[in-house]
Parts: sequence; C-alpha cells; structure tokens
Amino acid sequence: MSKDIYVVAEQRDGNIAKVTMELLGEATKLAGELGEKVYAVLMGDQIKDKAQDLIEHGADGVVVVEDPMLAEYVTEPYAKALTAVIKNYDPNIVLFGATSIGRDLAPRVAARVHTGLTADCTRLDVDMNEYFDFLHATSNADTDAIANRLGMDDKNLKMTRPAFGGNVMATIRCADHRPQMATVRPGVMKKLDAVAGKEGTVEEFKVEFTAADMNVKIKEVVRETKKAVDITEAKVLVSGGRGIGSPEFFDELQKVADLLGGEISSSRANVDAGWIARDRQVGQTGKTVRPDLYMACGISGAIQHIAGMESSECVIAINKNDTAAIFEVADLGIVGDVKVIIPKLQEALAKYMEENA
Amino acid sequence: MKIVVCIKQVPDTNEVKLDPKTNRLIRDGVPSIINHDDKAGIEAALQLKERVGGTVTVVCMGPPQADVALREALAMGCDDAYLLSAREFGGSDTCATAIIISSALKKIGYDIVFTGRQAIDGDTAQVGPQIAENLGIPQVSYTEELIDVTDETITVKRQYEDRYHIIEAPLPCLLTAIQELAEPRYMHAGGIIDAYAKDITVWGFEDLKDVINPDHIGLMGSPTKVVTSFGKMPKGAGTKLEVTPEEAVEAIIAKMEERHII
Repeated sequence: MSKDIYVVAEQRDGNIAKVTMELLGEATKLAGELGEKVYAVLMGDQIKDKAQDLIEHGADGVVVVEDPMLAEYVTEPYAKALTAVIKNYDPNIVLFGATSIGRDLAPRVAARVHTGLTADCTRLDVDMNEYFDFLHATSNADTDAIANRLGMDDKNLKMTRPAFGGNVMATIRCADHRPQMATVRPGVMKKLDAVAGKEGTVEEFKVEFTAADMNVKIKEVVRETKKAVDITEAKVLVSGGRGIGSPEFFDELQKVADLLGGEISSSRANVDAGWIARDRQVGQTGKTVRPDLYMACGISGAIQHIAGMESSECVIAINKNDTAAIFEVADLGIVGDVKVIIPKLQEALAKYMEENA
Repeated sequence: MKIVVCIKQVPDTNEVKLDPKTNRLIRDGVPSIINHDDKAGIEAALQLKERVGGTVTVVCMGPPQADVALREALAMGCDDAYLLSAREFGGSDTCATAIIISSALKKIGYDIVFTGRQAIDGDTAQVGPQIAENLGIPQVSYTEELIDVTDETITVKRQYEDRYHIIEAPLPCLLTAIQELAEPRYMHAGGIIDAYAKDITVWGFEDLKDVINPDHIGLMGSPTKVVTSFGKMPKGAGTKLEVTPEEAVEAIIAKMEERHII
C-alpha cells in the first residue's frame, strides 16, 4: 500500500533550496497526522553529503540518486530518476517546491505515472478537523456539505490553492490515484529548527541512465548575480506601489530597508513600468512573502498583491487614499503621503538606532 | 516546418469577482481573452515561420465560444485552426486536458509545439509539460528567447530564478512560452477579414476516439477533483490613523518596537 511522504529536494550547485526545508517542516506535521514517515529524495551529482541537513530539518530518511547527468537540472534525467523512485517506494504523497524546476518536473512525472497533481498550493491538510478550522477562520465555505460528502475521517490530502488571479481559493483532492502530488509555493510553509545530530537513514538508489536520457543539450549555464536577492528570505520588506510617484523614490525606501536590515520590493505596476526588477515583485504573478514586517508604501492593495503578502507577521500600510484595500489587511494603517512620511521615518529611525545602539 | 500553438481562452482575471453569498464567480460582462503567455507563443511561432517557412496551426480546447480566440489567432497570421470541443471533455483537470490535446496533436502532426507557460485562470503551468510527456518529446519550459533554429534542432534561452540555460533541443519538441518571449502583434484589418473567411476545424470526441481512452478524460477521468472553492475573507484590519506626518512616524516606530522589529 502506498505510504509515507516524499519531499523532492531541490538543489542548485549543491545548495539545498529553502523551500525544501519548508516542505520538510510541513511534511513532518502531515506525517504525524497520518502515522507515516517523511523521506527526502535528493538528486544530483556527488550530493550525498547534503543528506544530513535534510534529516536535521525533519526527514526520517533520504533517498539519494547520484549521477553526473543530474549535476545541472534537465527535465528528462530528473523525470526518469524520480519516476524510478516513485515506482520503487510507492509513496502516498510527493511534494515539490513550486519553482521553475518543480513546476517543470512535477507535471512531467505526474503524467508519466498517471496521477493527479495540484499546482502552487498554499495550504495542505490531512486531518478534517484542522481543515475545517482553517475553512471556518478564512472563508464562508459550507463545511457541513463537505463533511457529508467526504466524511470526517477522510485522510486524503486536501490541497488548497489560489486560482483566478487570487480571487478564489480552491481545495483539490486526488482520492483514487497514488501518489498524491502537489507543488507548494515557496515562502508559505514553515521550516523546522534544525536538530543538530538528528539520525536518519540514507539510502543510495541506483538509476540506470543511458546517453539517450540527456535528450537536450545544455550549451551554456549563466548564473545571474543580479537575481541573487531573494525577497522571500527577507525579514523586513519595504514595498513600493504606484503611490511612490517615481523610480527614484525606491532609493528612499532602500534607506529605510537598510536601517531595518531588510529589502525593497514592489507591486506589479512598478515592475511593469520598468522601475524595478521583476524578481522584487510581490503578488500572485510575483512572489509570496511572509516577512516579520511588510511596509506597503503607496500600494492600493489589489487582490493579486494581497495574495502575495497577507501572511506577513505585521503589515504597516501608508496610503493617501483612506479607502485603499491595503488597509483591510494592515495591522497599522497610515492615511497620508508616503513622499512626506518616508523621509521623516528615515530620520526618526536613524535617530532611534543611534540612541538604542 | 509545421509549428503548432496550443492556446486557451480565459476570463480576464483582473475583472473576475466572487459573489460573497454564493461563492460563485461572477463572469457576466467579464471579457474573454487569449491567455497572455499563449499569445506570446503565437507571436513566437509566427516569427519562427517568417524565419524558416512552414505553417502555424493553432489549437484550442474549450466551449464553442472559444472559436473567438481562434479567429483572433488567425487574424494575427496563423494558417489554420482546430477547436477541440465536446461534452465528454468538460470538467477535465490538467492531466485529462493534456491527454485530449496531445491526442489531437498526434493527428495534426508537428515539428515544434508552443504552449503558454501557464494560464491566468488556473495558474498551473502543467498542461504544456504533460502534453510533451504524452507525445514522448522533450520540453523546454519558461522559454524566454529563441536563439537559433535548424531543420533538426532549436536553441532557446530557458529562464530560472537565479540563472538561465541555453538549451539545444532536437525536433520535434515542445516549448512553453513566457511573456518575455515575444510581444504579440496586433491583428491587421486584412487579417481580420481573412480570419472570418477561413474554416475552423471542430473536433469532438468522435473525431479523437481512436486515439483516446475515454476513461482518462472529462470530470470522471480526471485524477484530481475540486472539493470546494471559496472566496477569502479579509484578514481583518488593525488600526487606521489619519494624523500628522510626525505622529504617523511615532506610531510606526511604536508598532515596530511592539513587534520587536527594532
């Protein structure tokens, strides 16, 4: 019988992606509810030494597939390796990060093993009571009707995701096929604190590759350092919307971000206008962030934007328009002009830092 | 070269609203458009044809009204169009959709298949790679630029979060387009007239049943099923202040202290 949760570890140049650790955290919680175990699938070239890190972040064991063909991500060798792992171990659930790798690999593998796949999930549930607690807290969904349909002892994975540009949430199940597969948005799940020296199994799994498996030729790999800033990692984001008035004002936001040890980010409008790089965009078509503090400066709060930042621990919004939607998700809303308030905030913060240094 | 572009007609999601009482999408008056990434795929296909010759065929699965999207693609310059439309196809998830579209592509033939990376209504990015898998051909998703093409290969730039790859793929293959790939041209007047003179081939279940497993399509054949859909309730507003800039700054700093940001 299909059992256990398998997290497909994502690595680039041997560095494990943060989303993998987040998935291990979530998988540990779900596995507890199912009475199952968590395994990471680690694919790469000479990558085995990273297995311990995965164990310390929640994996009970790691299945390692090593081959020179897996050094850099290419669809077919990875799809072949993962399909072989799935056929051999028969997992109940397989989770991927919803990244440009996960979203390329997962559908290919799902079609190959003919099972369901749910994209870009922002919440996963096994336990029905917990799922209903979530529905009650965030929606007006008719839980009685769902309870009648599924029964309260349903242990299938309930995969919840935004659709229609974040206007709607939908929960999807894959009850009749295994494994149940999902890609999960980076930045949404919480990773566990690493437990140094935690023990787990490391199993090497051999896949027989042939030259034909490398069915495309990578002619060049270009790492882009300008893309190195990852706003999903920032503890503080100072984010600019249309209301900042000019691209130069991002420099002012940057000064505030620097004082707080944070980064600047943006709504879609400024990215489309070319004022700031696309990798700084927060929202449905950008990134999902959950910093300790999200400062929304001159952001009106389109639903697509809110979808990307509403899980922030604390939101401070500054906007001239007192009916701006952003105020509905703000812990503190300031009705006022960012162009006046931000320079004053810079000054006050600098002074505060000096006094409390 | 036989170039095929798969497109989806989608509601303009910027205009879609949810009825808070019924939890149903209000689609009345919401315009239907060709999905953005797919339109970039059409443009890239047309540019490719201008470079190396051949034909551009556009394929869309959807209700009869999706005919409008195909007319638009024809008006942009595509040569012929197929609408895959049947009751049996309704309710298909990405897996079942890819089975239907790939079955049609097997009959139509292809050297290069373009799809958009993802559709703005579902945002799954799954159908393109799944079509490629069903056809047994390589895929390159997140295609940002076409660099070179020969009779046997195509070389493209494939985008990642932190890098890009220059990839040479053998033909036939499938590319999923992101918007950066190509800025779609406008329909021209002559093209619009021509578009309505052309026939759109409509294929239903009967036309594909020799290559399709009926147990793998439609709502019943889809591995994933929707449990429920719902609108999100706002997180709940905190304090909103209309005060002087100085008082505002004080309040912001107090909030940062309270939350241990500073």
